[in-house]
Amino acid sequence: MSAPLFSLASEPLKPEDLIQAVGASICTAPLAIGAIASFLGLVRGENLGRRVIRLEYESYEPLAIKAFERIAMEAREHWPKSQLALHHRLGRLQVGEISVAIAVSSAHRAESFAVCRYAIERVKQIAPIWKHEFFEGGHVWIEGAIANPDDDVAREEAYRLACA
Amino acid sequence: MCVTVRLFARLRDITGASELMRELPEGSTARVLWDTLAREFAELDNYRDAVSTAVNAEYTKMSQVLAEGDEVAFLPPVSGGSTD
Repeated sequence: MSAPLFSLASEPLKPEDLIQAVGASICTAPLAIGAIASFLGLVRGENLGRRVIRLEYESYEPLAIKAFERIAMEAREHWPKSQLALHHRLGRLQVGEISVAIAVSSAHRAESFAVCRYAIERVKQIAPIWKHEFFEGGHVWIEGAIANPDDDVAREEAYRLACA
Repeated sequence: MCVTVRLFARLRDITGASELMRELPEGSTARVLWDTLAREFAELDNYRDAVSTAVNAEYTKMSQVLAEGDEVAFLPPVSGGSTD
């Protein structure tokens, strides 16, 4: 069975699954694919001067999958022939593990790189996922953006970064 | 009417529950539900202007009128992705 385009997983992420998913996508004729770009986000061992021991991710899963689908739809408005795959890890992660994996296929490399960047910026803005950081001496919920998919300023900022 | 409340991350820590059931007057909005909870759990008030709302797993506004059996999620600021 082929890997899904969008998923939340408690098992380690496998980048090859995403590459296979975007390569085999029905949305992009395989013969039209000229590039696949990928992005992996890892758990870093240091954050804001703290020595990180592990992270615990949680999600509101049905809404997170819808947010991933929305990000793909938005990306296709800007880059019509791109296909996005996005997998996010949940649960307990050690330093060095992959927390998020993105792969994008397109006709030319520029679109694939741009959509990778757009997707990770939008994940940080609108995906209902939270990380609980456990560091030497304590733990803290990391709180970033107030999720609002209709915030056009945030969306434009993601687009600007994708095109930088 | 009775609705289910879903709470995540720090909001769950504050309330001590990931899921609550609450009885509300007909026609109540998500804001009414939030205010009800904030009276119960004073620390929630810190999130008054920083919380996102979803009803039945769709993002919506605090002004949405709720219906019997709705699942209302209150979401603190999100932090998915990596630590880059």
